[in-house]
Amino acid sequence: MLELIRYDFVQNAFLAGTIVAIVTAVIGYFVVLRAQAFAGHALSHIGFAGATGAALLGISSLLGMFALTLIAALGMGALGKRVRGRDVEIGMVLSFALGLGVLFLSLYTQYASETVGVLFGSILSVTRSDVLITLSCGIATLLVMGLIFRPLLFASIDPEVAQARGVPVGLLAIVFMVLLAITVAEAIQVVGVLLVFALLVAPAATAERLTHRPLTAIALSIVLGLVFTWSGLILSFAGHWPVSFYIAALASCSYLVSVGIGRLRSLRSPRRYKCPPHPSREHIFATRQEF
Amino acid sequence: MFDILHYAFIQNAFLAGSFVAVVAAIAGYFLLVRGLTFAGHALSHMGFAGAAGAVLLGIEPVFGLLAFTISAGIVIGLLGKEIRERDITIGIIMTLTLGLGALFLSLYSGYAERAYSILFGTILGISQTDVLVTALFSLLTIASLLLLFRPLLFSSFDPEVAEARGVPVRLLGILFLVLVAITVSMSVQVVGVLLIFTLLVGPAATAVRIVQRPVSAILLAIILGCVYTWLGIFLAANGNWPVSFYIAALSFGVYLPVRLLSPLWIGRRREARPGKDTYA
Repeated sequence: MLELIRYDFVQNAFLAGTIVAIVTAVIGYFVVLRAQAFAGHALSHIGFAGATGAALLGISSLLGMFALTLIAALGMGALGKRVRGRDVEIGMVLSFALGLGVLFLSLYTQYASETVGVLFGSILSVTRSDVLITLSCGIATLLVMGLIFRPLLFASIDPEVAQARGVPVGLLAIVFMVLLAITVAEAIQVVGVLLVFALLVAPAATAERLTHRPLTAIALSIVLGLVFTWSGLILSFAGHWPVSFYIAALASCSYLVSVGIGRLRSLRSPRRYKCPPHPSREHIFATRQEF
Repeated sequence: MFDILHYAFIQNAFLAGSFVAVVAAIAGYFLLVRGLTFAGHALSHMGFAGAAGAVLLGIEPVFGLLAFTISAGIVIGLLGKEIRERDITIGIIMTLTLGLGALFLSLYSGYAERAYSILFGTILGISQTDVLVTALFSLLTIASLLLLFRPLLFSSFDPEVAEARGVPVRLLGILFLVLVAITVSMSVQVVGVLLIFTLLVGPAATAVRIVQRPVSAILLAIILGCVYTWLGIFLAANGNWPVSFYIAALSFGVYLPVRLLSPLWIGRRREARPGKDTYA
């Protein structure tokens, strides 16, 4: 078991998995806070068209994903706060991108088996150069997040007050969408287009249910992301089932457990948890309800 | 060019496609007005595990699809009302089932082709029995939707008042999602798991931006859905590109200009009749 670590592909898988788990956990916290889970899901589907298009052109699929998710993120960011019916618009763009992906696939016939790789992840075939690209993008993403952390948190929790205080809410939204696009493209390598939710949303949503302090939640979300990814890799080496299955199963089960814990807590001390535990929770619900 | 209509497999495709287009348009309209489009999308993804599991067990994928989507529909119907929480919970359940689907795929050795057809549709390979199954379930769903039409519409637009008037809102919601689950399972054959949105939500989303009254919007959605499906099958049979690409492109290509131009007439309409604002 341990001698596996000497193989290059195992090292690459662990390195890429670790970087992606950290970055997705940080970005994912804001995705949950800003209620943009569906946007993240859509970006990953758009990445599918990028990956298949890149295969058709003969370039690296990571580059193709970066290109298309970035364009889509700029578009979504520019749409901005007009929430009404945006799920429908995102969904329409998402399915058109998937349709394009199908077309690219049918034009590039040898690709059928690799499709499953793009859709469900192919972390064991990550190359050293992919790891380097992932590492540099990951560091850049974390640096930018560090720079915009406070204003972004403010803008995510209370956009109106932040706007009134002179925080550039619209610009922050676009910057965040760009970071989200890069992160999603990286995460696709590990868990695939369809399972991006497992790394992007599940750890952060679990953490956010267990603690309400932003920094603690982000730290917990990183720990959870790392545990899911590493256990997924180790279990799949031991048990021959796909990595993405283990990650998805661990991530979703831990979220469902955290929901259960939340219910138990609110049963035990109803007064403490009856009020909305997170300032953003009530707020986002209120804005959604208007529509 | 029209010779293709003599082939049995093209006739089957047109028949099944038409049934699916009609039922998807009606169900899509209600999904839209109830703000459940993400749930519809997620239901189809959840069906993937069912289809892959059925292939693994050697039974027809449709039955696996029906089993998974109907149970998922009931679970989603039982979930709470708060949209943000629900989106995340739906997404997490979807992730779990997709992970299961990936597992079933990897356990089934000859998987690539079968998986591809579940994901992106196999309307041109549909059999006579599939057409019968599709027709049966579609008619059943359409009949139930027509039966539930008034209370469903009422509870979609104004759940509080409907509840006060004694409409069983919660039960209706669950029943509706079961019908959506059946619709999704039928649509998967035409456009595949991943492209459900194009047939389910695309026509309805376009229709509600053009006409306002529910019945006319549903009729327009049915027409649009049938046109997309027929044109898609027709173009694919004559060319080399896949049906699901044509349907996705048509659905998006019609929606985009309507979406961009609709503020022109919707704004005017709202000025003319203040307070009336029924499009989703």
